[in-house]
Amino acid sequence: MAKGFWPGAIVLALLAVMALFPSLFTGIDPDAADLNATLRPPSGAHWLGTDQNGRDLYARIVHGAGPSLLIGAGAVALALVAGVLVGVAAAQLGRTMDQMLSRSLDVILSVPGLLLVFLVVAVLGPGGGPASVGLAVISLPGFARVTRAEVIRLRGAHYVEAAHGFGWSRAQVVLRHILPNALGPVMVLATVTLGAMIVAGSSLSFVGLGPQPPTAEWGAMLADSQEFLAIAWWPAAFPGAAITVAVLAITVVGGHLQRRIERGRA
Amino acid sequence: MSPAPGETADITNTADTAVPAGAGELLRVRDLTVGFATRRGHVDAVRGVSLRIDRGQVVAIVGESGSGKSVTARSLVGLAGDGARVEAAELAFDGLDLRRVRGRRWRALRGRRVGFVLQDALGSLDPLRRVGAEVAEPLREHRIVPSRQIGAEVVRLLGSAGVPLPESRARQYPHEMSGGLRQRALIASALAARPDLLIADEPTTALDATVQRQVLGLLRERAADGTAILLISHDLGVVTEIADHVYVMKDGRFVEDGPTRTVLRAPSHPYTETLVAAALGRGRGPARGASPHGPAPAPDPAPAPGPAPGRVVLRAEGLVKRYRLPGRGAFTAVDEVSVEVRAGETLGIVGESGSGKTTVGRLLLGLTAPDAGRVEVNGRPWAELRGPGRRTARRRVQMIYQHPLSSFDPRYTALRLLEEPLRAERVPGTERARRVAELLGHVGLGEEVLGRRARELSGGQRQRLAIARALAPRPDVIICDEPVSALDAVIQAQVLDVLADVQERLGVAYVFISHDLGVVRRISHEVAVMKDGRVVESGDIRKVFEAPEHPYTKTLLEAVPRLHRAGPADSQAILKPR
Repeated sequence: MAKGFWPGAIVLALLAVMALFPSLFTGIDPDAADLNATLRPPSGAHWLGTDQNGRDLYARIVHGAGPSLLIGAGAVALALVAGVLVGVAAAQLGRTMDQMLSRSLDVILSVPGLLLVFLVVAVLGPGGGPASVGLAVISLPGFARVTRAEVIRLRGAHYVEAAHGFGWSRAQVVLRHILPNALGPVMVLATVTLGAMIVAGSSLSFVGLGPQPPTAEWGAMLADSQEFLAIAWWPAAFPGAAITVAVLAITVVGGHLQRRIERGRA
Repeated sequence: MSPAPGETADITNTADTAVPAGAGELLRVRDLTVGFATRRGHVDAVRGVSLRIDRGQVVAIVGESGSGKSVTARSLVGLAGDGARVEAAELAFDGLDLRRVRGRRWRALRGRRVGFVLQDALGSLDPLRRVGAEVAEPLREHRIVPSRQIGAEVVRLLGSAGVPLPESRARQYPHEMSGGLRQRALIASALAARPDLLIADEPTTALDATVQRQVLGLLRERAADGTAILLISHDLGVVTEIADHVYVMKDGRFVEDGPTRTVLRAPSHPYTETLVAAALGRGRGPARGASPHGPAPAPDPAPAPGPAPGRVVLRAEGLVKRYRLPGRGAFTAVDEVSVEVRAGETLGIVGESGSGKTTVGRLLLGLTAPDAGRVEVNGRPWAELRGPGRRTARRRVQMIYQHPLSSFDPRYTALRLLEEPLRAERVPGTERARRVAELLGHVGLGEEVLGRRARELSGGQRQRLAIARALAPRPDVIICDEPVSALDAVIQAQVLDVLADVQERLGVAYVFISHDLGVVRRISHEVAVMKDGRVVESGDIRKVFEAPEHPYTKTLLEAVPRLHRAGPADSQAILKPR
């Protein structure tokens, strides 16, 4: 077992539980403002201090885990499903279809990513869902290309040839033999992308395109804190640390899965 | 194990003490043990072997894969691998104690004084470098010739290794050359520095009979010039062809050694007998349909009187397949090929690599559409079959590959693999279990393999599993593309027996594609000889092999290195020098 896998996996599991059941970790209402206790430093009453509205930072980080992680996870899930479908279609439905789909992917890749996300959010309106969709659009070509290449590689494999010989239809061969064996590299890409997408999701919130106030979200918390950075470091440091820890855990676990898949293929 | 003749006992070695060399003695090894640290503890791959090689002598180590042959050879040049522990009472190369050689001195030795040729020529040549550069490297590295003359020397070496048009071949990349040419280029690079000792690990295993013969000829020439050769092989035919002295290896030990003729004529160890028997059965076994004459030492391939000519299950007429070449023109891979396969019979297709054998197989399977001509399965041409009808027809023609592992979905256990064709036909669960048990019985596999994945099975077990799976849809014909080429002689014989046995019991027909004439002879009733995409000769196996008419067939048959049996009365194996 690779070094750091278990700590990474435990952190990831904790974050997942936190996102699903934040009330297990804190009884404090994340949105309850107390104007008598603004910008208090970390203490026994407020473990991580309070923000400019006197809201408890620990509670906000716990409750922020869901929205923060959901943007990235949702984006990856959407991109994964759509990308695999597009990739399989490009590889299996003939030359014309392949050309059409591949060139469409090139078009997406030719537009700067951030611009495309802004466009999608502008059309759908700001919020967590639109941010996910926007990020999914820009990461879809990666999944589609990897899937297409894997399917084309496996199409010529002897075991796929043999499966045709048993009388399976083309769709059955794809579902039974090609897709399951093609998914390894796609899943690796998904874990790598997940980290990047969580950072990207927080960045969108930072510029106000993610979940709207008063929803607790790590990127938005960072944005709120910058005005007070000169007098209080904690409203910026803790949400930032939360993002860093989450991405680090995903990267470590993802890297481990990648090595396992590569060893399995060798 | 008998000590090599001329070996003097008990020489105490201190640092760099020159070992007194016998007349012409080049390499002496005593009690070599090579161990590896594995997860399951320390494993000795080589256990106390001793051998000796003289200048100009050809010494062979034979044994099946996993017996430690290659590890022995690699240890001699310090390439036993990471984590290997090499111990020996004596390890002397031309008076130099190899046990004390480290790092840079190894590099000076390897390539310069000891050349090394590996079986997998494609893997041993740098894919990004032209072949000429590969051959030039030892010349430059060891300053064999002045740099101005390197180009000319490379061409001379390639030419002497039997590479035609060496000037233009030197400018090609490995992937642009055939397997035989790559192997010869590799030998040229190993011989470039005019080493005293050439270690050749299965140098001809991947090669066709004619090319094999050229490569062996080249090795023999070098030996005549005084180069000592250590040949590692599982092929006794090759060994008898050129080796003076042979060591038989099993489970890390030499079980027998002596002059090649003596050892193979009168093997004293039962394992050697098995090897000789397997090689005899392969090289010169009775052809199908012929009654075996005399007591055969080989596992009998069950040559029952050929079944009465059955109905034609697979027929090809005037097949043509062309491939477009980059740039201009086209390459005709298959040219006007017509064959017929009858129920319960085997059609052998022989020829060198690149002769179009495999393409014919793919055309017969309906995986590739011919440019002209037609293939009929049970009287219906592939071209007419579409959709569900085509899928049903596919089950009638199955395929076995050279490397069965590549034909199994890596995620599946043996059970899933065998069930797969049955599921495709919607065979219900209880019936499936019965059919799987039946299939295992046909190929002689036990139930215990069912839970394992294919990569956990041995080579022979894998090929049995492939046969069982091909039988699952109850096909009329199985196309076998080089099904035993990757296996050792003993396992080869077993797999061929399974194939013959299954045919007798189930009446399935085979199209048996191979470059190995001995194997084809053993299994086939009819044979088609292919050259450059055409069938140059075909007909009854005995007629074609015993009275070949086409000059190419004659060349092929003459090129096969093999053990000869003296005659019907004499069951002893004797060697017939050519």
